[in-house]
Amino acid sequence: MVTRVNAQLEWRDVLGAVKVRLNIGRMAYAVEPGLYAVGNPEETSPVLVSANYKLSFDYLRRELGGLDVWILVLDTKGVNVWCAAGKGTFGTDELVSRIKAVGLEKIVSHRKVILPQLSAPGIAAHEVKKQSGFQVVYGPVRACDIKAFIHAGMEATPEMRMVRFDFADRLAVVPVEIVEWAPHVFLLGLAMLGLSGITGVSYDLSLIWTRGFNVFMIVLGAFLGGSILVPALLPWLPGKAFSIKSLCVGLVLWGILVSVLNLALDVWAMLPVILSITSFMAMNFTGCTTFTSQSGVKREMRYAIPVQILLLITGMILWVIAGIGGSL
Amino acid sequence: MKYLSNVTTLALDKEKCIGCGMCEIVCPHAVFSVVDGKAFITDRDACMECGACARNCPVEAITLDSGVGCATGLINGMFGGGGACCGEKTCCSK
Ligand code: SF4
Ligand code: SF4
Repeated sequence: MVTRVNAQLEWRDVLGAVKVRLNIGRMAYAVEPGLYAVGNPEETSPVLVSANYKLSFDYLRRELGGLDVWILVLDTKGVNVWCAAGKGTFGTDELVSRIKAVGLEKIVSHRKVILPQLSAPGIAAHEVKKQSGFQVVYGPVRACDIKAFIHAGMEATPEMRMVRFDFADRLAVVPVEIVEWAPHVFLLGLAMLGLSGITGVSYDLSLIWTRGFNVFMIVLGAFLGGSILVPALLPWLPGKAFSIKSLCVGLVLWGILVSVLNLALDVWAMLPVILSITSFMAMNFTGCTTFTSQSGVKREMRYAIPVQILLLITGMILWVIAGIGGSL
Repeated sequence: MKYLSNVTTLALDKEKCIGCGMCEIVCPHAVFSVVDGKAFITDRDACMECGACARNCPVEAITLDSGVGCATGLINGMFGGGGACCGEKTCCSK
């Protein structure tokens, strides 16, 4: 019934983590729901509740070296705590039925379960108590504070209760964003490449290799630059809305790209294209952050998306005009 | 880091509040503090509308329109795919 797990990670776990970050085979990366033992837990040992997303689970057990605890893994369909709580799969019903399914009341003598604080959007603590008899204790936000939390008699400091959004946290989500949007951006790059051959008199295929190649690199550069630099520099970029924060990054990228590639007349056509792409990618980064509200994002999208579309169309028109102008 | 001001839908009914302190515990942005048996909203604009406080308030003193602040999810939702955010392919990996 109970599976024993190690507090050490093996290289297989680390390799798997890299794959998940890159969005490869993500659904298959789930842990079997149920009760797990770390060390030699007894009936008085604490019970920690986790999602069955392998990354969350591994992260948690890695922090438990030297402790004797139970881990109750819920079936969150392989999704991490925060997202599963938002969806309701890390929820009151699942917790109550999992407590019953493993017979937790016969395994431990106390009546407490420790949940990650970030699962709170999905769990109604008073309902869990009513339906299962177990009291929900919200632990710290980060697994690395678990030991300190348990040693302090299940008291969290205010610092443990706050989400942070550090440099590493911000960069960790970049690959997923890139993989998500790359196909769309690739198509946009191809469209711009196709437009490059239009001249005043005919369609010049040889321009595809010169202008077309340049514009493709610009689209790609704006995409990668926007996806990486905006998250990396987020706290220091001026503005509150992400689409505004991206403006500085867009301008700098434009400066770099036009000085690297020899563009002549096309310089001005590229500015709106770059601004549009960086702004769009920045706006999409809202979902990865830990402080943007849905009402805020909706408001931002209402004005940002029309502007982004307008910028892109303007850039495409200017690009064609520059092509015609260059050929005359 | 703060996002846009004056947009959150968070509302607290002081009359109903019994001062249990749950909202203060679950909020990841320290929006609430409980003083003399009543909850107060101390930092409204820090609210990310996660819904944790409302869900865990035993007397339903807190209301809000909760959801995930994620443009990708909202765009996917608009085109009928996957609902608002947190699909397997969207970004959130907190
Ligand atoms: S959770 Fe509800 S009852 Fe408890 S302190 Fe907060 S508002 Fe008051
Ligand atoms: S919705 Fe979330 S962020 Fe906003 S006050 Fe409640 S717990 Fe805090």
